[in-house]
Amino acid sequence: MRTWVRRGGLSTLVFLLPLLVIFGVFSWLPIVRAALMSVQQTNLVTAPEFVGLENFESVLGDPLFWTAVQNTGLFALIALVFGYPLPLVLAVLMSEVRRFRGLFSAIAYLPVVVPPVVAVLMWKFFYDARPDGVFNTILGWVGLGPYQWLQSADTALPSLVLEATWAAAGGTVIIYLAALLGVPAELYDAADVDGASIWRKIWHVTLPQLRGVLLVTLILQIIGTSQVFLEPFLFTGGGPANSTLSVLLLIYNYAFGSSLGGDYGAATALSLMLAVFLAALSAVYFWLTRSWSTS
Amino acid sequence: MSTPTSTRPVVPAGAEPVAAQPVPRRPARWLVGRAGRRSDDQPPRGIVSDAERRTPVVRVALRLTHAVVLVALVVVGLGPILWLVKASISTTQDTLRSPMALFPSGVDWANLATAWSTVHIDLHFANSMIIATGAWLVQLVVATTGGYALSVLRPRYGPILYWLVLSTLFVPAVVLLVPLYLTVLDPPLLGVSLINSFWAVWLPAGANAFNVLLTKRFFDNLPREIFEAARIDGAGPYRIFWSVLLPMSRPILGVVSVFAFIAAWKDFLWPLLVLPDPDVQPLSVRLPTLARSIELDVLLAALTISALIPMVLFLVFQRTFLRSAGLSGALKG
Repeated sequence: MRTWVRRGGLSTLVFLLPLLVIFGVFSWLPIVRAALMSVQQTNLVTAPEFVGLENFESVLGDPLFWTAVQNTGLFALIALVFGYPLPLVLAVLMSEVRRFRGLFSAIAYLPVVVPPVVAVLMWKFFYDARPDGVFNTILGWVGLGPYQWLQSADTALPSLVLEATWAAAGGTVIIYLAALLGVPAELYDAADVDGASIWRKIWHVTLPQLRGVLLVTLILQIIGTSQVFLEPFLFTGGGPANSTLSVLLLIYNYAFGSSLGGDYGAATALSLMLAVFLAALSAVYFWLTRSWSTS
Repeated sequence: MSTPTSTRPVVPAGAEPVAAQPVPRRPARWLVGRAGRRSDDQPPRGIVSDAERRTPVVRVALRLTHAVVLVALVVVGLGPILWLVKASISTTQDTLRSPMALFPSGVDWANLATAWSTVHIDLHFANSMIIATGAWLVQLVVATTGGYALSVLRPRYGPILYWLVLSTLFVPAVVLLVPLYLTVLDPPLLGVSLINSFWAVWLPAGANAFNVLLTKRFFDNLPREIFEAARIDGAGPYRIFWSVLLPMSRPILGVVSVFAFIAAWKDFLWPLLVLPDPDVQPLSVRLPTLARSIELDVLLAALTISALIPMVLFLVFQRTFLRSAGLSGALKG
């Protein structure tokens, strides 16, 4: 014991203490608890009762579950179609800017800095369905609209995607810009010698060089969009007609919602299912980044 | 990416990679030394060669696309923010009737004052500051001490511990939402509920494996000889930590700080759950409730004030921000 102390074992432990306590109480313990709770019936008053897979069955039997999965999938899909190519195009164009490059990136990144709650509340006003609403006014100048935006089950979900894309695209632009700087100049030099046009250089040099980052951002975006919560929660509360109910919002409703509420078993069961899906994605992601950073 | 961000342990409102984040080796190295730093302003060369730049067609086309990109960025990126600032000093009438007009019935500066003092944005602003600062401190303490122990002191059980920390990266924060809430409701050994206490936000923020990963990798890249030399000179582990390691770690501490502060400022769902008392709520939690009860012009003024701090921080620490943003996804294929 004494030699252990003299060798620095004690001071090492002192340094590890914050990490051990914080991770223990607020990460490792809750993870174990989540696994336990998903097979228990808990109401915080009586002792938890083991119910096997009942929580999972009740979630899978809930029609809202399938609605939520569908909406979340659709959200992720629309976000991919609109939000995925946009930052890449922007970044490639911006990478050729020589003067005021910093200004371009700063403006592109600014929406990311706006607190999400502020952005959502602001956009909620933009989506005002009256003809005098901000977006309806602007679209009215070119003879379009007025649209219902958040108030129609058809347009609500795409409206959420639009705001989310605005709020997040800048971050991805910066990631791509950093990656574009890493493309070796010799490759472009070689392409020039071969007489390649600008388009061919983009197609045959830039994009292949970026494929690593492109895959990473793709997976990160899917991981992010499958956990969408803030937009449906603040914009629409899941409506109209559950058209924007997301998986995470359903978890929240199970556990803390005013009408359902208190069903911690169902909430953790659903979180675990989502977690398995996400963990599989992040494992792929981790594996990809690993293999690239070593090669 | 296409949703706004947040970090663990709170359920992400959307995108920011809750799960594993990449820590590429190359950027880690340019964080360490100045030598490898590449100027962000003047890249060696890009897609368009100098010869091509000299031809008139390419030059005009480049100028044109740059102008278009700049205009698009200003309109789409900056536009909504500028509109918000304008609306925050307009009357409700104007904003409702002709939202795109510039002050048809004059400027209404009073909104900002009303929002600040009558609606108590000042209080929630202070709460946001306290929450973000505390969360930042806890994260720094955990990440630096943990990273130091795992990277420099290296106990025999270190690899297992590191693995345990890293494995939490694979567990999305969603899973923790309910059990973490119950933990905060009735924390072990403490016997007092942390609900409505800032500790409920501060402490869980520290359990951020990504920070530990960042600092440990950074410390791993520091030359061992320095620590050896300090030890020979008689410095103990505490002294080495405080006077040798920390002063050398400014770049990584900057990155971790930016992540920590911004994430805490943005956070919504977790503080919403654990801070039900309006008096301790940060701006992000209080604003949606206020939105239902206060007048539009005052609300828009409140939104402007809330967006101001992070935007000013960003403009001041632009380099660190953009570098962190690049790092969070940067992995050069």
